[in-house]
Amino acid sequence: MKKKIEQAIKPFGKERGNLIPILQAVQEKCRYLSEDAISKIADKLKISEHEIYGVATFYTQFRFTKPGDHMIKVCLGTACHVRGGAQILDRAEKTLNILPGETTLDSAFSLERVACIGCCALAPVMVVDDKIYPQVNSSDVGKIIAKHRSRHKKE
Amino acid sequence: MDFSEIQKKAIANWKSLISSITPVIYLGAATCGRAAGIEAVAKEIRKTSKKLNLNVKLVEVGCIGPCYLEPLIYIQKNECPTICYSRVAPKMIKQLLEDYLLNDNPRPDIALGTLGDGKIDNIPKLFDHPMLKYQTRLVLRNCGIIDAGEIDHYIARDGYMGIQKALKMSPDNVIDEIKTSGIRGRGGAGFPTWKKWEICRSVKSDDKYLICNADEGDPGAFMNRSLLEGDPHAVLEGLLIGAYAIGANHGYIYIRAEYPLAIKRLERAISQMKSYNLLGNNIFGTSFSFDIKIKKGAGAFVCGEETALIASIMGKRGMPMPRPPFPAISGVWEKPTIINNVETLGTLATIIRKGGKWYAGFGSESSRGTKTFSLVGKVKRTGLIEVPLGTSIQKVIFDIGGGVSKGKKFKAVQTGGPSGGCIPASLSSLAMDYESLMSAGSIMGSGGIIVLDEDTCVVDLAAYFLSFVQAESCGKCSPCRIGTKVMLDILNKIKSGQGEEQDLDRLNNLAETIKNASLCGLGQTAPNPVLTTLRYFRDEYEAHIRDKSCPALVCKDLIKYVISEEKCVGCGICLKNCPVEAISGKKKKAHVIDESLCIKCGLCYQKCPSKFGAIKKITGFLT
Repeated sequence: MKKKIEQAIKPFGKERGNLIPILQAVQEKCRYLSEDAISKIADKLKISEHEIYGVATFYTQFRFTKPGDHMIKVCLGTACHVRGGAQILDRAEKTLNILPGETTLDSAFSLERVACIGCCALAPVMVVDDKIYPQVNSSDVGKIIAKHRSRHKKE
Repeated sequence: MDFSEIQKKAIANWKSLISSITPVIYLGAATCGRAAGIEAVAKEIRKTSKKLNLNVKLVEVGCIGPCYLEPLIYIQKNECPTICYSRVAPKMIKQLLEDYLLNDNPRPDIALGTLGDGKIDNIPKLFDHPMLKYQTRLVLRNCGIIDAGEIDHYIARDGYMGIQKALKMSPDNVIDEIKTSGIRGRGGAGFPTWKKWEICRSVKSDDKYLICNADEGDPGAFMNRSLLEGDPHAVLEGLLIGAYAIGANHGYIYIRAEYPLAIKRLERAISQMKSYNLLGNNIFGTSFSFDIKIKKGAGAFVCGEETALIASIMGKRGMPMPRPPFPAISGVWEKPTIINNVETLGTLATIIRKGGKWYAGFGSESSRGTKTFSLVGKVKRTGLIEVPLGTSIQKVIFDIGGGVSKGKKFKAVQTGGPSGGCIPASLSSLAMDYESLMSAGSIMGSGGIIVLDEDTCVVDLAAYFLSFVQAESCGKCSPCRIGTKVMLDILNKIKSGQGEEQDLDRLNNLAETIKNASLCGLGQTAPNPVLTTLRYFRDEYEAHIRDKSCPALVCKDLIKYVISEEKCVGCGICLKNCPVEAISGKKKKAHVIDESLCIKCGLCYQKCPSKFGAIKKITGFLT
């Protein structure tokens, strides 16, 4: 993990303006921002950890706990909302037995609600990792999750 | 290589593609096409063509607009017009390739339309399709036509001729040309582009910044994503033109991280520009130098606001700052900065190439030109469109969109995202331009059009938007931070049937305070969805309060599901699907729902076969 953090930070200069790109690079490599990562970034940019937390917590992209192996995102943009996005989220919550922002006990899945992924013409949509599922209805949710669960077990 | 040589090479490249002897299959591979499954289709084409021993060239293009018909493929064979096929599934591929490529049968029965000159019997022209027929495509001219990853395609279709022409004009003349065009900012506020530029131009500074705002945050809007995925060079050329006009030497593209494909397209496009010396020092051999960096947003809606965006670029919390000083005078790193929207920039090259006067010939008196809209919600034909400003709502929803889906009644249209409002069906003759939308209480915004039918509850929709802005409020101004929360609480109270008569006045009063006392556009417009729904649909609010009923049958606390004893045949489908075992009943006997267990998820209602239609939603039972 330590090595990964260093690798992610290395290409950047020490300018303050690089803070958000560095946070993004670290999260991309390590999947979340650990305390270790924050302290390394503070050392690099010569700013306090508090300042970094102040910035990082402002943006919804950043996570501070380790997410599950697979990320399930349910879109709640306006088009998804009027076509039943809330029911999709509801089903996902009940199927996984977690709330948005949480991770299942076996660390297989994390659930997030997103404001809009720009696939509005195919609403409502849900996303598992990079795969977008268009025009889902609440009875599809269980099947989609089951499919990824069985794939996850094979891994 | 000078530009005329680059052009020659590009045109030769493009011509060799469009007159290729090898059949070419173009794949609609924007995010929407990928979501609909174009990658599986492409895989099948590769596999099948190998099996059939067919030599086929595959080219990825962006989105042409009718997203509801995705996945789309376009087959170009010999001298024939290219044929577009819609809703293509992998299992159709083998037959289609055999029929058309081997046996010369273009399959008019499944073809959507043809592109280009010439005609094929029994296949209409694609641009005669009702969704495309009424459009005027200036910004979207290349979307779905060219490979966004090939700069040569863009150059062959008059690309980078706008900047070439601009560089032969003085910056002041460029600004004048844009003034003549009448184009106003396409990001939402509609401020005249030239005016902003002129202020920045007049400020003396060694460094100036031009930022492309691609932080398309309005939920329900994806015009910018589509343009960046389908024709990134149009936006990049616009950045060059703007930078030359205001004297900027640094450019940023601030783009949402949620748009990975658009980012990929931009990165590739920028590296191609560099290889052709269209970026860097002494562009086109002139003294004009410019560089472009991509900055990925980190998921904060408020960063669409200029001063918040600037703070975010500088690595800070994206919180708006009071103006003045305006960014045009002091912005990124205290240098003069202009922020233009993706679509504004994407239009500039065409304006310069064809002239401001030509562009001003489109649109209405106060709103010149065309505008892209994402047409979504409860409408038959969903997708991306471009029409002259001033086109009526009626025309957009019924002629282009084909009306409301599933035979439901048209109730209202929501424009302008969380800053906009709901315009009722009775105003559907209203022109879609900046002033008309504002007079109806909404705004143009970035161009999201969400069609609402009788099954949409406006109280629920207002609560949806309020919960959005409440979550996205940066927290700086208490009227916005606390006021939106209180408004949301009141709306939720009304939704749950606990509302009081005075609540509607409370909402109005809070809305006024929030509008007047917030620093930035987010707070100033946050109450709009509530104000417009109160203005046009007060009776629906009153039904929630007085009758404890939700006429659209949406608000969970005010509805329940019941099974009709006469209609239910006891097939057991609902019983099997109920996630909480709230349904009971013997086989072939009418089932019943236990209200105390029911979580109102609606699965039974969805699953009950329509030939029975035994499950009903009812409301108004509490009084």
